[in-house]
Amino acid sequence: MSDIRFTKDHEWVLLDGDTATIGITDYAQEQLGDVVFVELPEVGKSIEQGDEAAVVESVKAASEVYAPISGEVVEVNEDLEAEPAKVNADAMGEGWFVKLKITDEDELEGLMDEDAYAKYVKELD
Amino acid sequence: MSESPAAAHEDLKKTPLHGLHVELGARMVPFAGYDMPVQYKKGVLGEHLHTREAAGLFDVSHMGQAMLVGPDHETTAAALEALCPGNFKGLGEGRQVYSLLLTDEGTIIDDLMVARPAAPEEAGRLLLVVNAACKEKDYAHIAGRLPGGVTLEPLEDRALLALQGPKAGAVMAAHAPETADMVFMDARRGTFDDIPCHFTRSGYTGEDGFEISVPADKAEDVARALLAHGEVEAIGLGARDSLRLEAGLCLYGHDIDDTTTPVDAALMWAIPKRRREEANFPGAKIILGQLETGAEKRRVGILPDGKAPAREGAEIHSAGGEKIGVVTSGSFGPSVGGPVAMGYVRKSERAPDTELVLMVRGKERPARIAPLPFVAQRYHRGSK
Repeated sequence: MSDIRFTKDHEWVLLDGDTATIGITDYAQEQLGDVVFVELPEVGKSIEQGDEAAVVESVKAASEVYAPISGEVVEVNEDLEAEPAKVNADAMGEGWFVKLKITDEDELEGLMDEDAYAKYVKELD
Repeated sequence: MSESPAAAHEDLKKTPLHGLHVELGARMVPFAGYDMPVQYKKGVLGEHLHTREAAGLFDVSHMGQAMLVGPDHETTAAALEALCPGNFKGLGEGRQVYSLLLTDEGTIIDDLMVARPAAPEEAGRLLLVVNAACKEKDYAHIAGRLPGGVTLEPLEDRALLALQGPKAGAVMAAHAPETADMVFMDARRGTFDDIPCHFTRSGYTGEDGFEISVPADKAEDVARALLAHGEVEAIGLGARDSLRLEAGLCLYGHDIDDTTTPVDAALMWAIPKRRREEANFPGAKIILGQLETGAEKRRVGILPDGKAPAREGAEIHSAGGEKIGVVTSGSFGPSVGGPVAMGYVRKSERAPDTELVLMVRGKERPARIAPLPFVAQRYHRGSK
């Protein structure tokens, strides 16, 4: 099973060494509708687990994206500035938001794995 | 991600097209006490763009339709002129006009459409269309101020559909021959596939289009007949809002309310010369006084310089950092391709191109005042 983990708020986090890539799930982008703007954090910013990591806006409203894990922002997806629709087209891949350098891998415990998230989403609808 | 709470959909009212919306896969949300479609499968962006390219069908049956009935046109018109600053006495047969229901302080209770039936047999009647969220309030206000002999009759058994977009005319002509030679703000009865309807050539998008008042039990037939055209798509309230905002049109409760006068709101064009001269509408003294001295605040269009939308409630600062106003409507404009907004600013700062700073989530976002509408209006005025 892959190392991807999911939060109840529909963020995903994929760990590679000590770098965590964060995005919102396909379910989340569908609920949001067409994404028209993404506000990303500054590189170098420290974010705690559960804090606001980014803001994603549809035509109608803005939604907060929370950090599933604590860390320091090392990269943001600058493609989303010109092409926010990438979040809709490929939420799990090219629509990633932020990469964090993490310090505590244990924070991932308690997050859902792929199967658990799939079950969770099924129960929502 | 933050999510909005679920609504108690069972307590909400339903329009005659509710079943159709659900069948079409609409996402339903509460609006003005009704369970309404905010979008269908196409999504807000796609529905918005489709309307400006082809034809979009909106269910606006939640809005209030009511007939003001008096013994003759002059009497009924006079009764409405006591409540609104419009020229109803001079309103032609088969014509519609935009107007405002005003308080005695000159502030706005609601905005509405007023149509004078085309047929002489209907003399003495005026058809009103008011906002869904205001209809109970409006009806009570109007009914409480009518002279003897004039009554207000809400039309509870009628649906209201809007077909908007450059292809609307051709689509309508296929079903409703009486619509073919209508121009913007004409109003007349006719048939849609033999169903008796009342049509106006008007809408809330800035595009050419029609509003169709139809008996509730025939609404679905009309809707399905329209949707059978390849050019027609069902459009939800999400796109309705982005369309009207790009067109520079006010939304009651947001851009206008009972704290704004027509002068503040840049709606003085709705108060014609005769009414200003006679000064015989509610709040006339205050409004005409404001025209002399200039209102303290003014509704303007606002274009953020970057890509971040500024939403209702965002503070507006001058370039120098002073708080000078607030955003009252803001969104992403799909046809503009960027964020658009309307708001009120201190009168000294209202000229187009004035630089502003919008406070969005604690960040300063540069913007400027821009003329309205953001997208050119394409009303069908005919070749007269």
